[in-house]
Amino acid sequence: MSIASVFDIALVSLILAIGASTILVRTAFAAVVMFAVYGLLLSIAWVRLHAVDVALTEAAIGGGMTGLLLLGAAARSRSDDVDRVRVGYPVRLAAGALCALVVAGLAIAVFHPPAAVPTLAPTVMENLPPSGLGNPVAGVLFVFRALDTLLEKVVVLLALLGVWSLAPDRAWGGTPGLQVYAKPDPTLIFLAQLLPPVGIVFGIYMCWVGAKDPGGAFQGGTVLAAMWLLVIVAGLQKAPAISRLWLRVLLVTGPVLFLVIGLAGWVFADAFLAYPAGYAKPLIVAVEGALTLSIAVALGMLAAGPPERAQQQ
Amino acid sequence: MPATTVPDATTADGALLVLAIVLPVVGILLSFVLGGRCAERIAGVLLPAGLGVACIVFLKVWQGGEPLIYTVGGWQPPLGITLRADGLSVAMMVAMAIVICLIGVFAHANFGSRAASIETRAPLVFWVMLMAISGAMNMIFIGGDLFTLYVALELLTFAAVPLVCLDGRAETLQAALRYLLFALLGSILYLIGTALLYGSYGTLDIVLMSQRVHLEPATLAAATLMTVGLFAKTALFPLHLWLPPAHAGAPAAASAVLSAVVVKGSFFLIVRLWFDVMPGLLSVAASQLIGVLGASAIICGNIVALRQKRLKLLIAYSTVAQIGYLFLMFPLAFSADPLHLQYGDALTGGMLQAISHATAKAAMFMAAGLVYAALGHDQISELGGIARALPMTMFAFGLGGLCLIGLPPTGGFLAKWLLLEATIATGQWWWAIVITAGGLLTSAYIFIVLSRAMGPPSAPLTLHAAVPKYQEVAALGLALLSVMLGLVALGPIDVLQVGRPEAPMVQLR
Repeated sequence: MSIASVFDIALVSLILAIGASTILVRTAFAAVVMFAVYGLLLSIAWVRLHAVDVALTEAAIGGGMTGLLLLGAAARSRSDDVDRVRVGYPVRLAAGALCALVVAGLAIAVFHPPAAVPTLAPTVMENLPPSGLGNPVAGVLFVFRALDTLLEKVVVLLALLGVWSLAPDRAWGGTPGLQVYAKPDPTLIFLAQLLPPVGIVFGIYMCWVGAKDPGGAFQGGTVLAAMWLLVIVAGLQKAPAISRLWLRVLLVTGPVLFLVIGLAGWVFADAFLAYPAGYAKPLIVAVEGALTLSIAVALGMLAAGPPERAQQQ
Repeated sequence: MPATTVPDATTADGALLVLAIVLPVVGILLSFVLGGRCAERIAGVLLPAGLGVACIVFLKVWQGGEPLIYTVGGWQPPLGITLRADGLSVAMMVAMAIVICLIGVFAHANFGSRAASIETRAPLVFWVMLMAISGAMNMIFIGGDLFTLYVALELLTFAAVPLVCLDGRAETLQAALRYLLFALLGSILYLIGTALLYGSYGTLDIVLMSQRVHLEPATLAAATLMTVGLFAKTALFPLHLWLPPAHAGAPAAASAVLSAVVVKGSFFLIVRLWFDVMPGLLSVAASQLIGVLGASAIICGNIVALRQKRLKLLIAYSTVAQIGYLFLMFPLAFSADPLHLQYGDALTGGMLQAISHATAKAAMFMAAGLVYAALGHDQISELGGIARALPMTMFAFGLGGLCLIGLPPTGGFLAKWLLLEATIATGQWWWAIVITAGGLLTSAYIFIVLSRAMGPPSAPLTLHAAVPKYQEVAALGLALLSVMLGLVALGPIDVLQVGRPEAPMVQLR
């Protein structure tokens, strides 16, 4: 057995064990920590499967961002007596049945693979050169399936508005609370001063390199959002009031630029969301840059939660 | 196996399909920047514009007899995405656009923001979400690609859930959370199925996949997961648990859009899946099982509705029952002899049921909202005198009720008539019993409400608030539409068959 396969078996066992303990631990807080670890391990598994783009997304969104959101939810519910609510047997039974259904479906598919696995990967590589992109994932996201990518960004905006809508009416337009996190201590403040310059450069690099290599707007945006949140949590900066015009403008900048370029494609390239010959790469990089900014702001505000304090006049 | 045809190219006027999706997106982005005070005005321009686009698309498809097609970005499937408007798409597009516009008129009273000096919460959220729902529904109707349809489902979910808890009461928050969990479950099951199908056939395009699809374990697993997921989103019995608290707790305008429009989105995807993506693959046994679920929904939903004390809950449970009718079309369409599928009546009846329920149910939720506003409660036992105070509202409620019962000449009558005809044509008399019994139960609770409303008040009636006339007119307009829908039999009903294959293919390899 090679070292690689020993590593893989160990990794898979660890993922299963962490997955099981996510269900078995008693408190919501412990479950969330397990879930974040699970996400990180899963991203290593994606690297082993040579899907680096997926690995980056899993680490950034699956483990990192989702973990942070769940952590916020766990902290909020700790103040109430949600932990005391016991899940009844019918619900457990239903959840178990559902999981069994999904596992059975996946098992059927895995044990009966088609004789020749059809794939679009060669077709993607053939059609990639005109766009000037080097990363086939970016090609799929911004050239071949640009409509999906554009609308997914709208979904993120709707999710944010959905979170904001949970605010009490008197706090509308005010600032998110973020009170659920720990009180800032010297170590946190030191980290919040040290990390952001590095993180911002890294986030911008991830966005920039996405056209050629694994990376892209979502991953870069998440890193930027993490840096912003660190500064807010450490108390060095306040979360902005949700009624601020600059905040709203930043949120829509990415989707608006994407849409405008898409509509311009109608005039200059004969189809909605088509790029004129020779201009594809600069346009896509511009869209990715704007999207990175919008995603960073949206994710940061999502984690900050609904407004809780009315804006000071 | 049919010869693999060249993927469809963009047709003339195909660009209209892009407009149907882009207009609401523009509205969402503009509202975010300009704020809640302008959101209503933006929706007031863009929603009617969307209705206009839908009408033009409908006319083009109806008169041309050919689907409209647009290839996004100029990339043909399997690499790119195609938008395709066939008969089913355009009929649903127009119907939903009309319902959404009238709901918009009704909602002005509750979410009007023109006079406000600063942005407030509910108007911004409501109008943005209403535009998002209209865009998402259009995308569901014309999306020609399984993953694009997933994105549309997500748009729909994230637009619908916040509407449930718009007034912020604790119990509506709980209802919204439960809805969110069911809806996300549905999304994830649909996504797993989509991934499995791509793994098996190397395409996500509906037309290409329908040419390649064949009976094999992975396909069945994918189809099962997707169907169960969409059942959860459509609230088909027994996955309906989230619907009554969510639809009954939301503000009236939101209830109307949730009950009339949103559940039809995931239902439409189930139709797409079994009639277009994998035509002929639904086995007789499976189609009977879907029918049994539908029949259980009709019987249980109606009986529980009969026992309700609050008007809005009664209407919500009636939605559970009416959703059941939608699923009777599966056993009727996929009956014994798969080589000679009688699509016509069952499919037309099912889609007509979806449309007539949308108009009738929106009218009834609006009427219930007006009753609540006027009385300050919606206890059925204390409705006495309301018919005298709000005659137009109760008339709208009654007309909507007639449509749900299925009395001629309503759309509900025509839908149930077509379904009954299909039961006779295919010799499945047992569904006819369910359809008739469901109609009887429905008439029971409609008459209970109407007789209470027309009875004398127990104490002199004092109205809490004056009800604006235009709200009553909007409800009545929808109710009249649901009545007149029966007349489409004389006109554009054949549009539903545009773009349908003559005889669906079955490939058993």
